[in-house]
Amino acid sequence: MNVRLFFGSCFTLLLAAAIGLGATWLTLTRGVAFGSLTIGAWTAWPRTGSVDIDPYARATIARTGELPIGTGDGVAFYARTDDAGNAFDGRCTFVINGMTPAARYWTLTLYDLQGRLVANAIDRHGFTSAEIMRDATGRFAINIGPRASPGNWLPSGGIEQFVLVWRLYDTPIGVASLTTKEGPMPAIVRKGCS
Amino acid sequence: MIRLPLWIFGAILLGGIVHLSTVLAMPSAATQDAYSRLAQIVPVNAVVPLAAPSAQDAIMPFMDPAFAVAVCRYDLSTGALQLRTPLSQAYTSVTFYTRNSVAYYAINDRAAGRRAIELDLMTTQQHALVPEEEDVTAADRLIIESPTSRGLIVLRALAPEPGLMAMARGALAGAQCRIEPMQQQ
Repeated sequence: MNVRLFFGSCFTLLLAAAIGLGATWLTLTRGVAFGSLTIGAWTAWPRTGSVDIDPYARATIARTGELPIGTGDGVAFYARTDDAGNAFDGRCTFVINGMTPAARYWTLTLYDLQGRLVANAIDRHGFTSAEIMRDATGRFAINIGPRASPGNWLPSGGIEQFVLVWRLYDTPIGVASLTTKEGPMPAIVRKGCS
Repeated sequence: MIRLPLWIFGAILLGGIVHLSTVLAMPSAATQDAYSRLAQIVPVNAVVPLAAPSAQDAIMPFMDPAFAVAVCRYDLSTGALQLRTPLSQAYTSVTFYTRNSVAYYAINDRAAGRRAIELDLMTTQQHALVPEEEDVTAADRLIIESPTSRGLIVLRALAPEPGLMAMARGALAGAQCRIEPMQQQ
């Protein structure tokens, strides 16, 4: 009987450690956080920039070493796929166009999955709302791909997977924004792969 | 064998406790969080400009390359901190983080409404020691309470175009943070 108790306890403790540590590792690497705001392919976690940050986001930030954008400063939207759910592959061409929510300034930046900028020949890592080329109606299109293209070209350097971060500065979008009606985010469409 | 489901149930319960405690312990156990990274290159209570992120090297992940960034790593144990930063032409913001990277306050140039952002940062105890009259006469000075005695102030100035990065860095070069020793009553 005692042998069975001993092996049972060992089994339980090992399984508990595997479950607990595995769950922690999964949540921290996948970036689980509550209170997300999703518009199209874009997701923001406005509470991460305030004292209302949840324990999972706190742990993730402590592990990655980033400083989240403060709520009084702006809000950051992350996208890893296009509107149809295709992952951002650096060998494919994606086109972003449409409207942006109200903000004094915005920036769009391309990173690899670890949050590093991606090396490219023209040393461009993103656009700001002030430098983007627009048509007569104020709309814009951004081509993201490995090869140069006319207009607003954001080089992806051909890496396997990238992340786009759209940061809105001095914007009314924030913790109180719970619906997607608050602001249209630009659409992302995959055009083709080489 | 009837006991096996019971052992598994116990393991799941224990695993939940392990999971929650490791998540909660992570911020204090992390050695590569933003404060630890900056502590190696930034002295205490001084504004230091950070190198722009590049594909080869960046101090922190997910930094916005359109911004000039300067950091003041503060320690309020010897007194309150005075922060003053001139505004750049485009957009300037100041964000306050605790030792564990929680953004507890952020202000931008429009909210500051002047040619510079001027703030006093102090702990709750130091704020309680500020004489009340002084609090009123200094109403145009913004007082921020820091939840922790150590933390980070991050100053950001936007360069709307790459050619304006020098302007943005120049604006932050005039920023100051310094300790004001507590006045004797």
